[in-house]
Amino acid sequence: MQIGESIFIAVDVIRSHKMRSFLTLLGVIIGVTAIIGMQSLIDGFQKNLESELEQLGTNVFYVNKYPAIQMGDDEEYRNRKDITLKEAVAIEQYCPSVVQVGPEDGQFGITAKYKDRKTSPTNYLVAAFPAYFPNNGLFVAEGRAITEVDVDNNRQVVVVGINVVEELFPYQDPIGEDIIFDGHRYQVIGVLEEQGSMFGQSQDDILIIPLTTFQKYYGRNRSLTIAVQARSPELMETAQEEVIGVLRTVRKVPLDEPNDFEIFSSETLMETFNDMTRMIRIGAIVIVSFALLVAGIGIMNIMLVSVRERTREIGIRLAIGAKRRDILFQFLVEAILLSNIGGIIGILIGIGISQLVALISPIPSAIPVGMIVIGFVFCSLVGLIFGVYPANKASKMDPIEALRYE
Amino acid sequence: MLIDLKGIVKDYQVGLEKVHALCTIDLQINKGEYVAIMGPSGSGKSTLMNILGCLDTPTAGIYKLNNAQVSTMNDDELAEIRNREIGFVFQTFNLLPRATALHNVELPLIYNGTPAAQRREMAEKSLEKVGLKDRMNHRPNELSGGQRQRVAIARALVNNPSIILADEPTGNLDTRTGDEIMEICEDLHDAGNTIILVTHEEYIAEHSDRIIRLRDGMVERDEAA
Repeated sequence: MQIGESIFIAVDVIRSHKMRSFLTLLGVIIGVTAIIGMQSLIDGFQKNLESELEQLGTNVFYVNKYPAIQMGDDEEYRNRKDITLKEAVAIEQYCPSVVQVGPEDGQFGITAKYKDRKTSPTNYLVAAFPAYFPNNGLFVAEGRAITEVDVDNNRQVVVVGINVVEELFPYQDPIGEDIIFDGHRYQVIGVLEEQGSMFGQSQDDILIIPLTTFQKYYGRNRSLTIAVQARSPELMETAQEEVIGVLRTVRKVPLDEPNDFEIFSSETLMETFNDMTRMIRIGAIVIVSFALLVAGIGIMNIMLVSVRERTREIGIRLAIGAKRRDILFQFLVEAILLSNIGGIIGILIGIGISQLVALISPIPSAIPVGMIVIGFVFCSLVGLIFGVYPANKASKMDPIEALRYE
Repeated sequence: MLIDLKGIVKDYQVGLEKVHALCTIDLQINKGEYVAIMGPSGSGKSTLMNILGCLDTPTAGIYKLNNAQVSTMNDDELAEIRNREIGFVFQTFNLLPRATALHNVELPLIYNGTPAAQRREMAEKSLEKVGLKDRMNHRPNELSGGQRQRVAIARALVNNPSIILADEPTGNLDTRTGDEIMEICEDLHDAGNTIILVTHEEYIAEHSDRIIRLRDGMVERDEAA
């Protein structure tokens, strides 16, 4: 028999029992909604993270006291020695595969003032070396960046993000003006290009000053992050090994002890993130499998009812020349279609929910194409597996008895 | 010879007891005949009808239809024979309630893989023969009893079968509508179709050329009407 007829019948039957079909499908819908919604949020995070990491300078990795993504207790990290400027200098001096070193520090929640104007208290103050700009893919739109001369002389200069300019200098050129934050006066020497936002956090609420100036006012005994740029992509690993060697020596780490610092690059960040989300994904698939199993039993139940109700129809079809496999096929198509309609609804709701979440919160969202395909395959399988028994039952009917059925 | 039954026996197991529904029926029907099968209930006429219609196989005996040995065929082969050689008309019409008249008539063609365009053309032509072309997009519940039975006849005819098997075709209709249906049967017979009519009404059977009377699973009388 032609597949067209099977689909025609299936659609007709499902349409004529809307409520029943919907209730049967609820399990499938909920399961698929859950997995698609969750996956699209994770995918959104991942895409966002990827594009952000791409903006970072090439061949750059970071040295920090704490790991990039931290899970559980941080006591073992807190007791480590701080990363100091001295160590950054040592890396620059003793690692042949390293081009430049950018030690940096930072402070959240800064409010900057200009005359009677004030910014919101959401600015991130970065204390940096000149290398900070290329390492983070930052470009100065106006004025100039921080130079070595600024760092060497602890100059009171600042490069600001576009949001700071909008808040403090709506009608005038900020270059050369003095702004004040945390009680100190800084001359604006540059304005950054617009950065946009990452995870809903604007990257344009930023103030960049020389690291040495920062240490003068905010203290020297704070742990730094050191951005290290290798000479070439091929030398990334060599450079990392050199840095580890130098740091272990400078920090006097005994031979049999592990590193008391963390090294991460955009690749290892991505890997760590992927490891984390992989567990969540697998967990979700396991849970949804159970949901679909229950949904499948529901489909089988309704298909058995349907077969019974349509005994006479089966009899008619057999009488006018349908083969047993035609009947089997018809009911299988119906079960698969039923299951996939649930799947489609679930996919649509899942995407809808994730888009809604993305709209009203900083959590990004993406459409998980792979999961949609998997969702369809899964639904078809559920329909197939749980449709076999009812369909087989239908195909085994005696035409004479079926025709007599009231 | 179209139909050749030799020593057909059909037994049923009812509980522990074996019931002989048919015992040794010998029967020949030629192409173009108009035959009525009559008998009281329990006489075996339904069983004979099921065997003639290839819905059932005999316990013993040989059934040849168009020189093909039907009695030893498997389910799939029987389905094909039913599709190609036999057109059923039932007392209760047995149309698919949710399908249009046209779709109902197309049904046998769907199962033998006729392409859609040709299917539609054949179904329309068949509906035209029973005078229902203007009703082809109606569903059975929008049609009167007589119209439904005419749709069923159109369905039976659509594949140009060797036999039209009508089981009490007027049983659910009033006398006047019943007469209309019998007129269609006569027209079909005049056009060269072989018709086998199962009935317990004498006046219906009289439309035929030959009456076979069954009693207790045997042919009691076989005579011209």
